[in-house]
Amino acid sequence: MSDKSPGDLSVSRREFVGTAVAGGAATVLPAYGQVTEPSPELVACTLTINGQREDIQVDPRVTLLDLLRERLHLTGTKKGCDHGQCGACTVLVDGKRINSCLTLAVMHEGSKITTIEGLAEGSNLHPMQAAFIEFDGFQCGYCTPGQICSAVALLDELKAGAPSAVTPNVAEVRAIEVTDDEIRERMSGNICRCGAYPNIVAAVRAVQSRSNA
Amino acid sequence: MRQFTYTCPKTIEEALKAHTSEAAFIGGGTNLVDLMKMGVERPARLININRLPLTSIEEHEGGVRVGALVSNSDAAAHAFIRERYPVLSEAILAGASQQLRNMATMGGNLLQRTRCYYFYDPSYKECNKRTPGTGCAAKQGFNRIHAILGASEACIAVHPSDMCVALSALDAVVQVTGPKGDRSIPFREFHRLPGSMPQIDTNLRPGELITYIDIPPITYARRSTYLKVRDRNSYAFALVSVAAILDLDSGGTLRQARIALGGVAHKPWRATKAEGLLAGKKVNERIVREAAEAELANAKAYRHNSFKVELAQRSIVRAVIAAGEKNA
Repeated sequence: MSDKSPGDLSVSRREFVGTAVAGGAATVLPAYGQVTEPSPELVACTLTINGQREDIQVDPRVTLLDLLRERLHLTGTKKGCDHGQCGACTVLVDGKRINSCLTLAVMHEGSKITTIEGLAEGSNLHPMQAAFIEFDGFQCGYCTPGQICSAVALLDELKAGAPSAVTPNVAEVRAIEVTDDEIRERMSGNICRCGAYPNIVAAVRAVQSRSNA
Repeated sequence: MRQFTYTCPKTIEEALKAHTSEAAFIGGGTNLVDLMKMGVERPARLININRLPLTSIEEHEGGVRVGALVSNSDAAAHAFIRERYPVLSEAILAGASQQLRNMATMGGNLLQRTRCYYFYDPSYKECNKRTPGTGCAAKQGFNRIHAILGASEACIAVHPSDMCVALSALDAVVQVTGPKGDRSIPFREFHRLPGSMPQIDTNLRPGELITYIDIPPITYARRSTYLKVRDRNSYAFALVSVAAILDLDSGGTLRQARIALGGVAHKPWRATKAEGLLAGKKVNERIVREAAEAELANAKAYRHNSFKVELAQRSIVRAVIAAGEKNA
């Protein structure tokens, strides 16, 4: 907003929601005919997001997803269903993938969060990002940041030997044999309505086999 | 979402003290945050219990003690659980997605609420579980996913958990602490049937906190299976599920079968009738089918879910036969 003159009252939707999330909508723009809630008590919280420390004061109702998108303007992480049913909001918290729509920002005090914006190193894409391009693992691209974050964590889970619902005989603890079925099952928390699934599986498979080579 | 005050205690004592009549403990939040967004849950105080020291999995009295804050994914991947209680790993892995299992806690899984559409969406006025005395929209509505066993006039919702079906078959014990001290709740007594008070899902008392889930030693627990039948192959709730654990003697005669069903009732349904009929028998398809028919004899179906009666019987047969083919 710094490039606007003091008298400029135009405000984008994102800036409005961001301000509302930060300070409580009612204090900025009271809606006509509505009883305004008292301003919420803000909670101090420190998170490390893509390597950068963020000291914030936040309404405890704000989800991690809304904090990322509306407050920190990291809009790579997408809001699909907002109910944990689509996976578009997948981010990594301390290396583990989660749905950022179903968790409150304040619950991640002290956590290290990696979003799609934090995967590349400078202008070098993360191998998973490059593979999604190489194998054409998307059409509209809306689910792609979540797909890629999910796939990055998936490789670590495979290395750690974590079983899935299609792993034969989970009672025998041993290295996971990576098959397309394993990748499909492990990616099932990320829905793609364009149906790019075959190419997503191919991309994940390629990165997995190259990282083992 | 209703405004709430937020606290993050470091000890169990502080957590219990922070609990007031309109407070809620939050673990993984995968269900509670969603219900708060929908306006179904409206706590005035939220107590984040994730800093409490309840995150370990330890051998305990010959079995295992799992901390309430262990994530579902860590429990499913734990070597001790996989080797001794594979049915628990299988059940956990059959539910939700990796992202959700990474967040969801063991204690929270027990306390997740039904996914009945009419409960979840306050734009439906009738729901005795959400607002007692308003009726049950599901009985006359779309009730394909609803209960066939143990339902009441007030509520025909089902419990959504896979993990709890395995814990029921394993006769787990839920350890809780609260303002009046510690107590142990056998798994079968933890969840309730709806009766006339469907708003109360469990026998946990106000202000009580789950601390551990204990699983007793079961020497034959590897002879088990978890079968889940659903509308798509992954990332969907069960229409019907079965956890089966068999104690077979060297001649192939059943000393004891433990069978629990998911997707059919307001709580994980322990199939005690079928278990009783199978004790002392050799496992074959006909015997198991008869036991399954007896278990479902009192099933009551609604307009869209009568298929579940046959599905449950066939699923019991398939699960018991599959478990019997494994080594203990």
